Amino acid sequence: MNTSEFDLQCENLTKHFASVRAVDGVSFDIPAGTFFSILGPSGCGKTTLMRMIAGFESPNSGDIKIKGKSVLDTPPNKRNVKMVFQHLALFPMMNVYENIAYGLRCNGASKSVIKTKVADVLERVALPDVAKREIHQLSGGQKQRIAIARCMALDPDVLLLDEPLGALDLKLREAMKIELKLLQHQFNTTFVYITHDQSEALVMSDHVAVMNEGKFEQIGTPQELYHEPVSAFVAGFVGDANRWSGTVSAVHDGRVQFTTAQGLTLNGINKGDAHAASDTVSAFVRPEFIKLSDANLTNTNTTAGNNNEGHNSISGRIDSLLFNGANSRLLVRVDSNELIEADVTLTGGLNDPKAGENVTLVWPHEQTMCF
Amino acid sequence: MMVSDGKKLGLFLLFTPFALWIGLLIILPHVGMFILSLKEKVAPRVYEYGLDNYINFIQEPIYWNTLLRTGVMSLLVTVLTLLIGFPVAYYIAKIAGKRSKGALFLLCLIPLWVSDLIRAFGWILLLRETGVVSKSLQSVGLIDTPIEFLYNDATVVMGLIYTVVLFMIVPLVSTLDGMDNEMIEAGYNLGGSRLTVLRRIIVPYAMPGIVAGCIVVFMLTAGSYLTPILLGGKNSSWFTEQIYDQFITRYNWESGAAFGFVLLTFTSFVVWAGLRLSGQTLSSTVAKS
Amino acid sequence: MVSGATNRIMLSGYRVYMALFFLFLAAPLFSAALFAFNDSLFPSLPWKGFTLDWFFNDTEPKLGMFNDRRLLRGLYYSFVIASMVSLLSIFVGTCNAFLFVRCEFRAKNFFYILMVLPLIIPGVILGISILVMASNMANGVENSTGIELEFLRPGLLLVVLGQFSFIATICSLVIIARLKKFDIAMEEAAFNLGASRTRVLRTITLPFLRPALIAAGIVAFLVSFENFNTTLFLVGSEAPLTITMYDRMVKVGSTPVLNAVSFVLILGSALLAVLSIAVQRDPDK
Repeated sequence: MNTSEFDLQCENLTKHFASVRAVDGVSFDIPAGTFFSILGPSGCGKTTLMRMIAGFESPNSGDIKIKGKSVLDTPPNKRNVKMVFQHLALFPMMNVYENIAYGLRCNGASKSVIKTKVADVLERVALPDVAKREIHQLSGGQKQRIAIARCMALDPDVLLLDEPLGALDLKLREAMKIELKLLQHQFNTTFVYITHDQSEALVMSDHVAVMNEGKFEQIGTPQELYHEPVSAFVAGFVGDANRWSGTVSAVHDGRVQFTTAQGLTLNGINKGDAHAASDTVSAFVRPEFIKLSDANLTNTNTTAGNNNEGHNSISGRIDSLLFNGANSRLLVRVDSNELIEADVTLTGGLNDPKAGENVTLVWPHEQTMCF
Repeated sequence: MMVSDGKKLGLFLLFTPFALWIGLLIILPHVGMFILSLKEKVAPRVYEYGLDNYINFIQEPIYWNTLLRTGVMSLLVTVLTLLIGFPVAYYIAKIAGKRSKGALFLLCLIPLWVSDLIRAFGWILLLRETGVVSKSLQSVGLIDTPIEFLYNDATVVMGLIYTVVLFMIVPLVSTLDGMDNEMIEAGYNLGGSRLTVLRRIIVPYAMPGIVAGCIVVFMLTAGSYLTPILLGGKNSSWFTEQIYDQFITRYNWESGAAFGFVLLTFTSFVVWAGLRLSGQTLSSTVAKS
Repeated sequence: MVSGATNRIMLSGYRVYMALFFLFLAAPLFSAALFAFNDSLFPSLPWKGFTLDWFFNDTEPKLGMFNDRRLLRGLYYSFVIASMVSLLSIFVGTCNAFLFVRCEFRAKNFFYILMVLPLIIPGVILGISILVMASNMANGVENSTGIELEFLRPGLLLVVLGQFSFIATICSLVIIARLKKFDIAMEEAAFNLGASRTRVLRTITLPFLRPALIAAGIVAFLVSFENFNTTLFLVGSEAPLTITMYDRMVKVGSTPVLNAVSFVLILGSALLAVLSIAVQRDPDK
């Protein structure tokens, strides 16, 4: 069987509640030992999808296979798919040891086996000394790791994680992202991670599926999603972008010229369906591709008017400067009165742009993605 | 399919005890009591159906005067209990420190679990002619002859307030406890005086607790038996006494059942009117306390 | 806001009010308890010295409560009744909690109101309505078959049923409040870890409910123990303590032995009340 190289496969999975299609014809294969994220806004159906994989909901149609075998007839307590819940759902009336031993007991493991397995898994999540602690004595990050350990003690084929970082504060969340990735490497188990936070998905995953209104919009590596989005939704949801909608005025050589409602004329390239004149388009430009072109600021840039055909060049005034160290950003109010975001590197020197200055923004038309 | 069958079975199993309890011990007895109240003995072992028991109740002023008196006094007790209890609840919920709060609440709860009988007994020992208060006043020299504090309406009202005040305080404390202190501070911050903050912010917020407390207090008062009898004497004219009288002394169950039904209708009506006036529902108030 | 000085005066006024209120609460309990230790035949002043006779003495006229067979019998029946009522109420209360928190069914709101209703029906009426029903049934059976169903006549069973009819509501409300706080994900997690349905109930859900079950049991026990109104109409020859005391009070008049019983009951209630609050306290918070 060549399908067993996949830990988890879903085929045309559909689930509706009353008249709402929560999950609508979703298919995907997850290769063994990878970190796979399902990314989507709240209400997109990702939780329903996960609950079907875990067995808490049954699909209206379609199939779920684990290691190549359909599990539709397997009740949730017999599936070898373990789940880390959003609020972790650690059992407060048991200590850490009892929490981890719980699943092993259910499987009828002997006392000595339980003892070694619990010690082993605690070692692997780097918390060897907490076995006797009560749950409420653990820190947020420790709880997180115990919740994972509780599942991993059972050697699952797939580990599902339902936005487990949502309840943590920002600093801890950043640290846990890296930690989760490392844990996945260490256990070499397939992780399926559900989140609405695109940065979590991009940082940790081998593959990401972007979900919207019950359907998968795109499956790909984080790089593919970021640089080659296949739909306006993906382009808008993954990463930051300036967004315009406008009407196509001309198309030639794969270059699309369009005008926004406010009268701004821009050049871009087709990413989705081909466009013809007078079509409406949605266009996206990532802030890091927009450069400042102003003689006052720098002389390495080409000066305005010397642009290649199809380059975008727009003049405006710096409305405000959002300082954030290396990730600082300018809000530029252009002549058509729209705000454009552009990333800048601030050195702290005299040449840094300041609010109120007049600037010209330039970027190549290839970086304007039109859908 | 299996799942939904299992769910149905579970629902059925859980519903059975509920249905047996409510059906056999609440609905059926009340229906039975209502039917009994429509019966009238015309000769030994011969009964006729009719409204005679109720007509009898209306025609005899003693009966409905007693009912009215019970109702008015119960309302008075309810209002007084609210006025006395609200500051206490507010103190426990909002002013007392964290530690003393638990202790004060506990102090309130302990008398709640002591029998009415013992509490009334305690009052008797204090207030009767040979009681502690009278004797103390005599020995201090404030009065010359012993005074009987028992067997008057004021004492009955006080005794009833004592019996029920905790049922007012407990729901009030739990609603006020849930109220964010910032809300009160915001009220002052926006320029409210003590009175406006109380009237516009605290009282409306505590409304479910107030109504819940009032309903329970009113029902308990109107249905109480021991306190009016022991503190008010045999002539305290409480309606439950009439019911007891019909049932036990005169062995006239039909009329007693009718009286019971009259009391139930009367108190239900008052509660219903109270809910309507305050814009609350039964499940938003009593069920939550 | 108001100036600091007036504020302080108002606060001390408030404190005085609270002190007076608690004095009011405590006064009759103290007077009921204190005279148990007075070496006199009457529970009144003057104080004639400290004695424990009203608890332990074994001869008339100062028969102590622990030698008074009728009072002891009353205490025993109160215990039996309260235990049965507590167990029944906890069972039905738990079923109700799962029914109203976990299940969806038609007219749920209506049934919920039905569940709350017994709490606001006057106890006297609960008593007479159950008396009437039981007597009707017993009479009906007797007239048609000639068999006398003794258990439907006033007695232990009717007292238990009468008290249970409204105490079940109290227990339901306590347990419902706790079950509502339960995170259903905890059951799913246990399920996900391979536990069977009964195992989840036994190891996760019931342990979570345990504080509420214990508290509900204690409350049921106390309410049953002190109940008078409902019991009065349903009591047979097995009179619980409150009824025995009432009889004694009305027929014999008050003697300090009643104070002794009061003291024991106040102490017991206080201990149980403290216990019921202690078990409900969450260790997490």
